[in-house]
Amino acid sequence: MTDKKPDPKRRKLLVGFLQGIGFSIVGGVVWSAIVTENKKDPLVLRPPGAYPEEEFLKKCIKCGLCVIACANRENVPFDRQGNKMVTLKLATPGDGKPIGTPYFIPRQVPCYMCIDIPCAFACPTKALDVELLRNEKGEVDINKARMGVAVVDYNSCIAFWGLQCDACVRACPLMYKAIYIDVRRNRRTGKHAMLVPVVDPDYCTGCGLCEFACPTDKPAIFVLPRDVALGKIGKHYVRGWMETEENVEEKIKEREKELQKWQPKTPEDYLNTEDLLNE
Amino acid sequence: MEQKNKSATKVSRREFLKLSAAAAAAAAVGIPVPEDVQAAAKEAQSGWQWDKAVCRFCGTGCGIMVATKNDRIVAVKGDPLNPVNRGLNCIKGYFTAKIMYGEDRLTKPLLRMNEKGEFDKKGKFRPVSWQKAYEIMVKKFKEAYNELGPEGIAIFASGQYTIMEGYAAAKLMKAGFRSNNIDPNARHCMASAVAAFIQTFGIDEPAGCYDDIELTDTFVVWGSNMAEMHPVLWARVLDRKLSDPERVKIVVLSTFRHMTMDGADIDIIFKPQTDLLIQNYILREIVYNHPEAIDWDFVNNYCAFATGYIDIGYGMRGNPDHPKYSKKEKETMIKEVVKVISKDEAKALSVYGLKEGDKLEMKHRKQAGKHWVITFEEFKKALEPYTLDYVAEVAKGDPDEPLEEFKKKLKALADLYIEKGRKVVSFWTMGFNQHTRGTWVNEQVYAIHLLLGKHAKPGNGAFSLTGQPSACGTAREVGTFAHRLPADMVVFNPKHREIAEKIWKIPKGTINPKVGSDIVQIMRDLEDGKIKWAWVHVCNPWQDTANANHWIKAAREMDNFIVVSDAYPGISAKVADLILPSAMIYEKWGAYGNSERRTQHWRQQVTPPGEAMPDEWQIIEFSKFFKLKECWKEWKLRDGTVLPNVLEEAKKMGYDPEMTLYDVLFSEEAFKRTIPHVDLRWPQPVAYNPETGRLHLNTSAAGDKRNVKGVDGKPWKGYGFFIQKALWEEYRLFGLGHGHDLADFDTYHKVRGLRWPVVDGKETPWRFNAKYDPYARKYGKGKEFAFYGPALKKIPKGSLPKLENGEWKVEFGEVVDLTNRAKIFFRPYMEPPEVPDKEYPFWLCTGRVLEHWHSGTMTMRVPELYRSMPEALCYMHPEDAKKIGVKDGDIVWIESRRGRVKARVSTRGRNRPPRGLVFVPWFDERVYINKVTLDARCPISKQTDYKKCAVKIYPA
Repeated sequence: MTDKKPDPKRRKLLVGFLQGIGFSIVGGVVWSAIVTENKKDPLVLRPPGAYPEEEFLKKCIKCGLCVIACANRENVPFDRQGNKMVTLKLATPGDGKPIGTPYFIPRQVPCYMCIDIPCAFACPTKALDVELLRNEKGEVDINKARMGVAVVDYNSCIAFWGLQCDACVRACPLMYKAIYIDVRRNRRTGKHAMLVPVVDPDYCTGCGLCEFACPTDKPAIFVLPRDVALGKIGKHYVRGWMETEENVEEKIKEREKELQKWQPKTPEDYLNTEDLLNE
Repeated sequence: MEQKNKSATKVSRREFLKLSAAAAAAAAVGIPVPEDVQAAAKEAQSGWQWDKAVCRFCGTGCGIMVATKNDRIVAVKGDPLNPVNRGLNCIKGYFTAKIMYGEDRLTKPLLRMNEKGEFDKKGKFRPVSWQKAYEIMVKKFKEAYNELGPEGIAIFASGQYTIMEGYAAAKLMKAGFRSNNIDPNARHCMASAVAAFIQTFGIDEPAGCYDDIELTDTFVVWGSNMAEMHPVLWARVLDRKLSDPERVKIVVLSTFRHMTMDGADIDIIFKPQTDLLIQNYILREIVYNHPEAIDWDFVNNYCAFATGYIDIGYGMRGNPDHPKYSKKEKETMIKEVVKVISKDEAKALSVYGLKEGDKLEMKHRKQAGKHWVITFEEFKKALEPYTLDYVAEVAKGDPDEPLEEFKKKLKALADLYIEKGRKVVSFWTMGFNQHTRGTWVNEQVYAIHLLLGKHAKPGNGAFSLTGQPSACGTAREVGTFAHRLPADMVVFNPKHREIAEKIWKIPKGTINPKVGSDIVQIMRDLEDGKIKWAWVHVCNPWQDTANANHWIKAAREMDNFIVVSDAYPGISAKVADLILPSAMIYEKWGAYGNSERRTQHWRQQVTPPGEAMPDEWQIIEFSKFFKLKECWKEWKLRDGTVLPNVLEEAKKMGYDPEMTLYDVLFSEEAFKRTIPHVDLRWPQPVAYNPETGRLHLNTSAAGDKRNVKGVDGKPWKGYGFFIQKALWEEYRLFGLGHGHDLADFDTYHKVRGLRWPVVDGKETPWRFNAKYDPYARKYGKGKEFAFYGPALKKIPKGSLPKLENGEWKVEFGEVVDLTNRAKIFFRPYMEPPEVPDKEYPFWLCTGRVLEHWHSGTMTMRVPELYRSMPEALCYMHPEDAKKIGVKDGDIVWIESRRGRVKARVSTRGRNRPPRGLVFVPWFDERVYINKVTLDARCPISKQTDYKKCAVKIYPA
């Protein structure tokens, strides 16, 4: 009965631990907060068109224009209490993010994937760079945003129990692409199919509309930064059952480079070690 | 108890939790669980009392288990023993435990009053006692009743009533007030299905059942988005597909792309209303090109061909010059009396002697339902125009789809129906029913199935899916309609009235023989000042009735009194004069009947909050204020019909004119007269929880801890007998012995529902089939099938109507007896009265979404469902959005000849219309789309077509 599943709490602990170090070294509460918040937050979600975190932090001058653009865009929805649903926030002390940088928390307000992307166009330093959002036709396309990637906790996703939910699928602006439905048989009932959501990171923009819509108390689907959430497959293997695989050439070229450096060592060192009778 | 405590000491609390999870998991995969583990698992949940119930939402009828503690519903689970859902739920069912506990639950009667505390139609809502509420409600009722008679008052009834509530309301209206102005919101939802059942089979409700899903090879889904509206059934459809992906085919026909269509093998997007064309194409394909596919044995033995008039109007107001309607509105309203034949419909109507540009005068509006027998040759001749070329040209709904591709799909659909040995189930919901030819389009799908002999057989049949949880059980079976009595009987049939009067032990001649106002007519009568008092039960008619601007004005500006009983404040409450707080589903005893004729009962689980009381109590208490002499005197109806004074007759039956309607209709003495054989004591064994042995609550029978001050100002202590059982057992008398048999009250508390007719304790999965249906055996006398429904079985022979020199000619012949036969109708294609034009270029289609139930009064109050789907969107094609200069997320005006609303555009959502059509759900009162929709209806069923009208759309 050993359970080898990765513990989702573990990652949080790790993050907490890192922030804790900042605290203990510097001491004072205010200072610690600022110092901590000037460090990278590995779980922060940035607006569309943001460079990878390190580069983004170098380019972002913390002017807040993207946040203003987000708040002032046309037809912002309102919540039930009549408050504007503004996606982007500017990090302030206590947020645990580098102060003055834009970020969003999808469960509070997701990114509504504006087709005209006012936030990215507002950026004066190209920390948010619309060039990163060009599609195959060369157009700036919000669907090319890679703010993060949605992850499903299948233990708390009610669709994996067989319930008919799909709230995340219907909320997805790239419905059936970024989240599609996998139809499986429900062996327990013997006569119902299970319609479970599956995220395709090739399409998922990380907007978090799914996380926002998820009906469980704490969302069973949530957005994490792509480098945190996604694995990476070996450069040496190509799926034989797929006609084309994205980036396959780049992948193999990298492997080619690695192989250029390949130099076998002599096997004699091993062979000449008389240690087999050692205990 | 001893035993339980012992086992509890053996296992630590932590282990309990683990054990419950393991036991649930083991039960889930069907592994037998050792008994001691089971016992321990139960102990882990101690303090909760579980009991079986049924989901509050759609017509699927999923079983759920409800857990209560400290007089609150703390949890629900899908009932693993229920054959419908086997423990599953949809996202709405998942939240059933939360619907009772919204922040703004109505807990006190609220009356519009002035500063002096008097009723004032222009006043503000202020809390009043039940006593004061009933005082004014009765006073206002008597004013309207005395001035206008039984036609001047009305009840908006519901497909979400418990069966007992619906029965009490119908009995009060029909036996007490002698009014037939009671009509349910099910009129908006199922009336076309009902009319077609009655016309085709002579009896309401489907032949088949959900088991067909696992037995069929083909699903043809017409005008139904099952994936969102019947999700648990859709899961069964998809499972069947997975079980044999090559063999099993799913065809989905709709006017726009939705999640059900996404699961289809063949997806057919057709132009609104042209489902009738496609059906006739399939029939033509069978008759002309595959005559060998006709099951002649079935047709000759069990069917007959029939047709009716076509100049029947569109269910709009008969007076298109009505002073309260605008010039713009009248552009459409005129079609009610005369319609110019369009190019699209001309070929279809050529068999009647009509051509493009002809003016069709609607002369048979009052005989819309009349029909007669025709020969197969006439039937065949009428189908001639529906060639693939003609049908495809007119019916193609997606302008971007190549015509040839569309033709291939239509042909493939016809082939699936026709294929010998292939089992086919057709499903439909509102796409068919909400249709200006809704009855026809229902009948045509039966025609296909009957002609092929693919009906009333396991895995083969046309199956009407119901929208509401008890549209079948309450609205239809009880007959809370303007024309109905329980068990398919009708008020205009003297024999039926006599049967009802005998069961109810009321004088002969009491029941009003005139059909009352249907739900839309009630609105129109309010607008015209013909009805001055109305009571809304378990529905939200001011949000759900098309062309709502008129009805808001009717409620707020006319001299009338509107009472709304509800659990939450919605639009109807907002336009009311008096609001009464109602108990919700598990706060009372009840029963629902689902789509497959399955009746399911539940017990009261908790006390209602505040001063909320069950609807059945509200209805019965009202009856205490009326003496027989006030109601059973002589009445003159508007058309001159006289309802006789039956007081003398009543005296002979032992009633005193001074007695109240309560005494005669609802008191324990009344039930002792009607059902002397039934034990009505409260409590009795069925009232105890089978697990815990604790007595369940019964607010109506025994009062409750709140001691709510009732309509007489005294603490409510209960009727003193088992009122719900009494209502059930009396109601049951109507159906016994003629095909509507229901089991006794106690039985339903032991089973997970039963599909009627229940004969000798056995349910009936397939009706009309002698193998499964005892009535088919009884009436069929050795034949395999008997469509034994008794209604409309003696009709004349006739011919296809022909228009000659402006006069309709039908060659009528002798009356034929169609006992045990179903009718195969011919019904032509006709255009709807309002189609897009230059000024209003878009079709508007409305409907529901998975997250929200009906007008959202319950589901919008569940925070999780609210955040999942916070507002109704206007789904449109991205090209159309571009054309009008808006993008996804922008706000637009949607405007028709009748009104306009604002909504946010979605171009990348769950519903993806073709160019030229928009879809807007109606759950969101802030996107009050029924201000825009048209109140055109099927003239036979009187059901509104919410699926098509013409709108313009522009940036807001």
